[in-house]
Amino acid sequence: MSILGTRVIRTEDPRLLTAGGIYVDDLREPELDGAARATFVRSTVAHALITGIDTSAALEQPGVIAVLTAADMTDLPPPPPAGEFDPDAPAVEGPLPLGGVWSEPLLAVDRVRFVGEPVAIVLTDSTYQGEDAAELVSVDYEQLPAVPSIEAALAAGSLLFPDAGTNVCQKGGQDTSDESIFDGCEVVVEGDIVNQRVACLPMEGRSTAAAFSGGKLTVWASTQNAQLSRLILTAIGLPPDAIRVVAPDVGGGFGAKIGVDRESIIVAWAAKHTGRPVRWVETRNENLLAMTQGRAQELHIKIGGSRDGHIKAYRLNVLQDTGAYARMSGFLPSLTVLMAPGVYDIPAVQADYKVVVTDGTPIAAYRGAGRPEAAATIERAVDWFAAEAGLDPARVRKLNFIKPGQFPFVTKTGAPYDSGEYEAALDKVLAKAGYEELRAEQRRRREAGAARQLGIGLASYVEVTAGDAGAGETCKIDVHSDGTATVYTGSSAHGQGHHTAFAMLVQAELGIPMDKVEVIHGDTDLIPDGVGTYASRSLQLGGSAVQKAALEVKDEAARQAAALFEAAEADVVLDADTGLWQVRGDPDKSLTWAQVASEAEGGTLMANVRFTQAMPTFPFGSQLSLVEVDTETGKVTLLRHVTCDDAGPVLNPVLMEGQRHGGIAQGAAQALCEEVLYDADGNPLTSTLADYGAITAAELPSFELVTSETPTHLNPLGVKGIGEAGTIGATPAVQNAVIDAVSHLGVRHIDMPLTPERVWTAIQSAGLRRHVREASAK
Amino acid sequence: MIPPAFTYRRASSADEAIALAAEYGDDAKYLAGGHSLLPLMKLRFAAPSVLIDLGRLPELSYIRDERTYVAIGALTRHHDVQHSPVLAAQIPLLAHTAGRVGDPQIRHRGTIGGSVAHGDAASDLPAALLALDATFVARGPSGTRSVQAAGFFKGIFETDLEPGELLTEIQVPKPAVPAAWSFQKFTKRAIDWAIVGVAVQGHAIALINMGTTPLRATAAEAALASGASIADAAALAAEGTSAGSDIHATKAFREHLARVLVKRALEEAGARS
Repeated sequence: MSILGTRVIRTEDPRLLTAGGIYVDDLREPELDGAARATFVRSTVAHALITGIDTSAALEQPGVIAVLTAADMTDLPPPPPAGEFDPDAPAVEGPLPLGGVWSEPLLAVDRVRFVGEPVAIVLTDSTYQGEDAAELVSVDYEQLPAVPSIEAALAAGSLLFPDAGTNVCQKGGQDTSDESIFDGCEVVVEGDIVNQRVACLPMEGRSTAAAFSGGKLTVWASTQNAQLSRLILTAIGLPPDAIRVVAPDVGGGFGAKIGVDRESIIVAWAAKHTGRPVRWVETRNENLLAMTQGRAQELHIKIGGSRDGHIKAYRLNVLQDTGAYARMSGFLPSLTVLMAPGVYDIPAVQADYKVVVTDGTPIAAYRGAGRPEAAATIERAVDWFAAEAGLDPARVRKLNFIKPGQFPFVTKTGAPYDSGEYEAALDKVLAKAGYEELRAEQRRRREAGAARQLGIGLASYVEVTAGDAGAGETCKIDVHSDGTATVYTGSSAHGQGHHTAFAMLVQAELGIPMDKVEVIHGDTDLIPDGVGTYASRSLQLGGSAVQKAALEVKDEAARQAAALFEAAEADVVLDADTGLWQVRGDPDKSLTWAQVASEAEGGTLMANVRFTQAMPTFPFGSQLSLVEVDTETGKVTLLRHVTCDDAGPVLNPVLMEGQRHGGIAQGAAQALCEEVLYDADGNPLTSTLADYGAITAAELPSFELVTSETPTHLNPLGVKGIGEAGTIGATPAVQNAVIDAVSHLGVRHIDMPLTPERVWTAIQSAGLRRHVREASAK
Repeated sequence: MIPPAFTYRRASSADEAIALAAEYGDDAKYLAGGHSLLPLMKLRFAAPSVLIDLGRLPELSYIRDERTYVAIGALTRHHDVQHSPVLAAQIPLLAHTAGRVGDPQIRHRGTIGGSVAHGDAASDLPAALLALDATFVARGPSGTRSVQAAGFFKGIFETDLEPGELLTEIQVPKPAVPAAWSFQKFTKRAIDWAIVGVAVQGHAIALINMGTTPLRATAAEAALASGASIADAAALAAEGTSAGSDIHATKAFREHLARVLVKRALEEAGARS
């Protein structure tokens, strides 16, 4: 029986839970002996010109090796010249930062654009000396009016990049001016929805160590992809082959560790510039100030349809706050536009986006990256429409789903959905949750006028995974003469369980037991070519590459075995249960992998492959959230969360459930409590964990997971990505549940996070509107 | 996230601690559990040059039944207050409140005296002690004195303690009806400080985070004393308070919560007794 699909306990955990992982701060490589500690001097103001930097007092402190500013960066290659800026130019393909007038410097040159922007780097013998000395670096700022919000950016009273002449750095999508798409709609809802800025908040913050010797730079970085990091690090003026990047254990990334940030480039430069190894490990405070954040969209929606629930038209206008620098520019909102209509077959859809710069921390990918915003918005819009039409939200969803017979299905925004069973997924969730009974209990509480009301929230979602399927993923497998195997993957584990999953694939194909399979990732000397882990791509691309390499090794082994058996290659078979090679019809003779590999050249059987996929895949599902709302205080309690998340055949339920649990928790967190806030001057108000309301286990119930497996035809494993699905579904399910709990009081929408005060205020406002209506009717 | 350099002195007796405080003067701070002081130092909002560690003074960690009152050593950890059989029987409000402070790690480090001396209006225990009419015993170079809870909390992080004085004991009178208590703590997350909190013992009502210090809801108390219903008394809960607005709640919402929570607390205390 194949090991695939079984509950294999993570092989990573014994080490991580006992001896401890080796993160950048734990590395004791000889190259890092005597490494200086880096401490950044960060901007304390949101928007200002730098008129002077005085490092003299800091330089006199004990243990200070150097205090470096942009003025010291004379040994860097010049930045590319500023070209003509055209805001209407089509979006670049993929997450490329904008250059030209929008360029992001390494250390700030003459202007700062957000609180936390690196202005200088202090190198000391110890960490303690670093913070003391950094405090003594005196930076003179000539303050400029802050641009703390999308509204302020659009008003253009203050420009972050004066040479651009605007704060709008990109536009895209379709023409959304055609009002006639709503002609004949009996029910039309129009409104504004905020998808607030949130922190990515991995357990391990950013960290980088660098050593330069003999013309070669080695960088250890907490990253989701060593190979991309190497490419980014060429900014310090070294060719890729003079740089080695190693990703040791990485304590979470959630998108914010795709590649490396400017701080890591500065650390690498400082090591080369001073000749001394340098290590930087950010504090939680720095992490909340300067690690890229996510979401940060304001959306305008209009949705219309018939009174019996058929949706006929949907329009979405996205305003993306990209923060002080356009790290991903139009990429995130272009995904929001692509996924705008979600799981519905809507005859007319228009969506566009506009990206603005603000004095916020730069925005980049965060678990879902552009797709959660699309799902949260269409799912909110559908509920809003259903409430306005007086229809059950489950019924409206079913009426409008894309049907199984319609796949492959291309949406009006151009998304090519591969496969889906949307109604089946919703039905499974409704059955598991006991939807009708819950509605009955809700009716009882409403009729009794109870202080604590029940809310039932639905979200049916589809998302796109492995968006860059064509880039694929690499894998090399060596089977050694002792019968063990080594897997070199271009994918990059940072908590997901790659080592377990990939070893399972090798065992399934080759019969080499998992404990004889070593999986290696994240070292550009060993794996120069690789793509990494993001966009829920690891199993479908990285896993398919492992399988492809295993099959190639098997072919090679079959040739060797045939020679040893003196049999025809076609007669040689591998028993994948025992890992023994045999000749068909002769059960008495067999060869082990060790015997076969020993005969190969150099005693190693080897395959080196790249797996690419023709198109992305589109996992889907439905989630139901049950909440209780205390209408006297607005406090929300999450009681149950039931989900059916379909990402194709499940390789290992333990790993899949882990992805869903974490994802649902993060999705619920955005709905209920998390938000990065700034004051009117652009000062961050949530730069410690006491102020940033990260969700904890105490706020969450045990999740109820239902299984559904609809394969894709796009890869041999039939799998899609599961890493981001939980988050994408959970946010709107929880938000819809809270609004559902108070909809009978006249509430139609509440923006996230659904804090007690927001919920209570919404109830009060709805009550006031009702009174006014009743009074004016008399 | 690293405090500026400081000198660390560990006291081996309360008298030694007081002598060290006298020696270093204004530059010194007492360190008990450290859960309020150390975060402020890490953010460099506080920078005492000397810390006098009280952590190993068993003489200040006790819970004693003194017939009319319970005496609690200032260095008694929240966990020990929470699980004290004496308090569970005699003053359940205090045992319960100690169990609502922070999380288990915090309750094993934090001390009742540290919480009182820090004087944070958002802390749970000062309000409970205010509702219980506790007395605080302070020892300084010139001797020992007692201060009523009602006169102890002076302003933002400001108490009646003189520089160098050490809070040594908290004396809590046994309530006439121990069961007539309620503690309502309104938070977004279990771990948070109260957005608003209410401690009720009998007809005494103390409010958390409704001003610069823990407060008694005097208008509501007076209404109850003159025979008003719980609902009518609770409607006065925010009278005389001075709640602030911050990222967690506006002043108006805090006032609303005070009214709702006082009503719930009085109903619960009434139902228990």
